Amino acid sequence: MIPPSFSYRAPATVSEALALLNESDGEAKVLAGGHSLLPMMKFRFAEPALLIDIGRIPELKGIRQVGNRIHIGAMTTENELLESALLKEKCPLLPEVVRWIADPQVRNRGTIGGDIAHGDPANDHPATMRALEAEFVLKSADGERVVAADDFYLGTYYTLLEANELLTEIRVPVLPPGTGYAYKKLKRKTGDFAIAAACVVLSLTGDKCERIAITLTNVGPTPLRAETAEKLLTGKAIDDQLVEQAAQLAMEICDPAEDLRGDKEYKIHMAGEMTRRAIREAIDRARGRK
Amino acid sequence: MGIPTEHYTRKEKLGGVGCERRRKEDARFIQGKGNYVDDIKLPGMLHGDFVRSPYAHARIKSIDASAALALPGVHAVLTAKDLKPLNLHWMPTLAGDVQAVLADEKVGFQYQEVAFVVADDRYIAADAADMVKVEYEVLPCVSDPHRAMDPDAPEIRPDLAGKMQGAHSARKHHNHIFTWEVGDKAATDLAFSMAEVTVKEKIWYPRNHGSPLETCGAVAAFDKANGELKLWVTSQAPHVVRTVVAQLSGLDEARVHVVAPDVGGGFGVKVGIYPGYVCAIVASISLGRPVKWIEDRVEHLAATAFGRDYHMTGELAADKDGRIKALRVHVLADHGAFDSCADPSKWPAGFFNICTGSYDIKVAYVCVDGVYTNKAPGGVSYRCSFRVTEASYIIERMIDVLAQRLGIDKAEIRLRNFIKPEQFPYMSALGWEYDSGNYAEGLRKVLEACDYAGLRREQAEKRARGYLMGIGLSTFTEIVGAGPTKICDILGVGMFDSCEIRVHPTGSAIARFGTKDQGQSHRTTYAQILATEIGIPSENIMIEEGDTDTAPYGLGTYGSRSTPTAGAAAARAGRKIRAKARKIAAHLLEVSEDDLEWDVDRFVVKGVPDQMKTMKDIAWAAYNNVPPGLEPGLEAVDYYDPPNMTYPSGAYLCVVDIDRYTGEVKVRRFYALDDCGTRINPIIIDGQIHGGLTEAFAVAMGQELPYDKEGNLLGASLLDYFIPTAVETPKYETDFTVTPSPHHPIGAKGVGESPHVGGVSAFSNAVIDAFSHVGVTHIDMPYKSCNVWKMLHALGLDKRE
Ligand SMILES: Cc1cc2nc3c(=O)[nH]c(=O)nc-3n(C[C@H](O)[C@H](O)[C@H](O)COP(=O)(O)OP(=O)(O)OC[C@H]3O[C@@H](n4cnc5c(N)ncnc54)[C@H](O)[C@@H]3O)c2cc1C
Repeated sequence: MIPPSFSYRAPATVSEALALLNESDGEAKVLAGGHSLLPMMKFRFAEPALLIDIGRIPELKGIRQVGNRIHIGAMTTENELLESALLKEKCPLLPEVVRWIADPQVRNRGTIGGDIAHGDPANDHPATMRALEAEFVLKSADGERVVAADDFYLGTYYTLLEANELLTEIRVPVLPPGTGYAYKKLKRKTGDFAIAAACVVLSLTGDKCERIAITLTNVGPTPLRAETAEKLLTGKAIDDQLVEQAAQLAMEICDPAEDLRGDKEYKIHMAGEMTRRAIREAIDRARGRK
Repeated sequence: MGIPTEHYTRKEKLGGVGCERRRKEDARFIQGKGNYVDDIKLPGMLHGDFVRSPYAHARIKSIDASAALALPGVHAVLTAKDLKPLNLHWMPTLAGDVQAVLADEKVGFQYQEVAFVVADDRYIAADAADMVKVEYEVLPCVSDPHRAMDPDAPEIRPDLAGKMQGAHSARKHHNHIFTWEVGDKAATDLAFSMAEVTVKEKIWYPRNHGSPLETCGAVAAFDKANGELKLWVTSQAPHVVRTVVAQLSGLDEARVHVVAPDVGGGFGVKVGIYPGYVCAIVASISLGRPVKWIEDRVEHLAATAFGRDYHMTGELAADKDGRIKALRVHVLADHGAFDSCADPSKWPAGFFNICTGSYDIKVAYVCVDGVYTNKAPGGVSYRCSFRVTEASYIIERMIDVLAQRLGIDKAEIRLRNFIKPEQFPYMSALGWEYDSGNYAEGLRKVLEACDYAGLRREQAEKRARGYLMGIGLSTFTEIVGAGPTKICDILGVGMFDSCEIRVHPTGSAIARFGTKDQGQSHRTTYAQILATEIGIPSENIMIEEGDTDTAPYGLGTYGSRSTPTAGAAAARAGRKIRAKARKIAAHLLEVSEDDLEWDVDRFVVKGVPDQMKTMKDIAWAAYNNVPPGLEPGLEAVDYYDPPNMTYPSGAYLCVVDIDRYTGEVKVRRFYALDDCGTRINPIIIDGQIHGGLTEAFAVAMGQELPYDKEGNLLGASLLDYFIPTAVETPKYETDFTVTPSPHHPIGAKGVGESPHVGGVSAFSNAVIDAFSHVGVTHIDMPYKSCNVWKMLHALGLDKRE
């Protein structure tokens, strides 16, 4: 649990950071909160020659509304998300998810950008971002692109992010009044990753489900989107039977890795159970808001 | 006698036995002023790190350290070849086996120590360890102990080839370590054959780990000029370490200075001697510089001694009313690649024969088979006095199994079988003489406090509505305070303990002990025992342990032995002080000793209350005005060899609710009544109970060190190994009864381990009780949600209507 030696730089601006990334030819790693990267370095799973600490770049911080989107700087910490009055009012799903992430110490340093960029399907933001249909701003010395969260995750620790790119901003929608949402996470203890979790965002028209997103955490190589379940429920008045069918469809797409938290069978069933609970709670919330 | 209030004030000021004295240890620790082994920094100190085996069983074909040695800052790479000329490539274990210090031609478990790299700093050492090239030839491995004695099972210990007589019995297979039998087999078999009812259950107590906050480590500093070795080490038993180091190194024991500074938790893990200690010593002797070795958490979980791993088969014979007639237990004990158990030498399965528990069982028979497997060695007591947790677990589980079989309430069946107060001292069928106890009183108190009948009613209603609720009882008896030297020794040294007191002229004192605190609060409680005995306020009594140059010899702290042994030595040394003080007081007051009576902190002339000498006066006089013929000074030493063990007991009740759809177990209530005899300090006892129950909770709900078929350890980091946080930890209610030990000088029995020993079965029994209505009699630990769900799913209880 002793990392190999590495160099360290702490640029003051995004462009400096991008220049360093460009020069380093894939040998560098960006250091955000360090709560995923440093453990990997201690196990020597990651052995970067250079750490570029982006913690001293003011432009990477902050939460603000721009039209019907909320723009969040990548270096915004989990605790800052938790305390944001803007998020609480306009996108309450996000602080709700943050409460399930790790523990207060980790949330003091861990950042939303790091949680998203790490590409770990066990992290809680990725599935949430897919359910919210968020967008990520990726910058490099060559320019900037905006990608959809839905397209971002390619495999475990494998995303659209290129070695010379920095995730600078996360854009999530302002949830219209009446939006139902829920994040249901089953875990062994505080500070532990999900055995399985489900995120649901939906809106109702009358009794009918107008739109629904269902995503899953830690039951596949990437955060999963249960599209068949979404299709099943869209346009229908959701009753117990439909919830059950949707849960079954969600279970069908799961391919979790076995560990001490459970084997495949258990984790798949728990993905189903979390889906049931999340759909129900999201519906209750959607109704409660009307 | 003074007036009552004045008397009371003096007693208060004394801070003696029974008072709620705040922990004296904490001020330092919470300010970060502790001094642990890793805080020791010496000029010129080097750092060691291990190259460890990635395989469970493999032949070492070659070790090439040239690249590592070429790295700037690397001073040495030690292998078994280097240790061989010193005869230190193997070392004796406390269990009468030998263990490789560095793998000798072959590795027997994953993470085994293969080479020791010494470098300028910890980082270079780690880099260099990565650069040592070891060529392995992987061998078939034994990870299932049930397969260990198959005729064709791979031979784990070729070094023992031909040695068919082990330390404890004949060996009947190359992977067999010992067979240990206790009790009357024939009488037990007969009782079973005649019994109205018999029950049998296979019960595994999984392998786990104490995992204290501070991992193990050592700093060795060899002084070539004087031929002296100083060793700072994370040890619960520093005196034993000194003796072993002297024996192994050939150094004069007086030239070996072992110091256990602050120890950040032990739980049994820090009783033994580890290869890292030996390598640090050898490296320091050969390089002439201090060498530090501190293991990391993965090494700690993977290679430092584990706990438990007992595969038990329990059987009870009884009549139709649930009165137990006989107990039969077989254990297959998985010891890993070396038998490194830390038990008293003559006890290969510790005090497992306490497994008749709190019950009057007339005949019993126990047989334990120890086997080698390709797993890490260990088998220390994880906060348990020598396999007492396993013993308590089997009987507390089996009595529930019997109750279920007969349809008798689980509290009622216990009340029917308890040893009665008038039966003490009670000779158990397996050979222990229980000192004292009042088991029924304790259980009744708990049942009443928790409205047990109400809980059972609620459970019935809940079941009718499809909810799973469980009520677990555990009425355990511990055996602690090892122990009488006629039956207990460690490597030949008797398991007495000691106290040495020195009262200074101005009336304060220092007392030193052979034990070693790791969180037990000795500074606080020993001073209270002494305060009551010698009449000097506990605030003015310093307590010291851990430095083998200054402390009297003792066997250390584990197995809840400190209060029963060193605590007794304190009381007796205190009485010696008081006896001398009486002589001095008589001299000063010009009366005969018989005319004096002891009053809290002074001697008073009987019937003349203002004719008195306080201990402060007497201490001063001890240095200038002692009676003719008496030596000056006021000191005493006591080495206490206990006449018997002590037998703390308790009655615990646990209530759980189980989520049918996820398998999550929620502990709703935990009520713990303990009887540890005389209570020295109620808040320290509560602290010990809370800590031990939390460990028991962790063990029951998630702690495990599983291995796959290839002998790979699954989950050797805190990412997987379950350490609960305050959020998951249940709230505890504590209670007590007081049944003093008749043979202990102050009647105290020891309490540190009771909550762990008794707690695990309470949690287990609660979880299994939740399933009792559907015929389930046992589920193995841990009750992590996936395991509980498996049972729910198999029974169809997770179906939605
Ligand atoms: C005990 C513990 C429990 C945890 N539990 C949870 C949990 O329950 N749920 C959960 O979601 N997470 C959990 N985590 C992970 C935690 O949330 C991490 O903080 C998070 O995954 C990474 O964020 P970070 O800011 O610490 O990033 P770092 O660790 O610094 O970086 C992570 C990776 O992302 C890259 N990176 C970071 N920022 C950027 C950027 N702006 N642009 C490009 N690449 C970037 C880094 O190079 C690195 O590869 C836990 C961590 C710990 C230690």
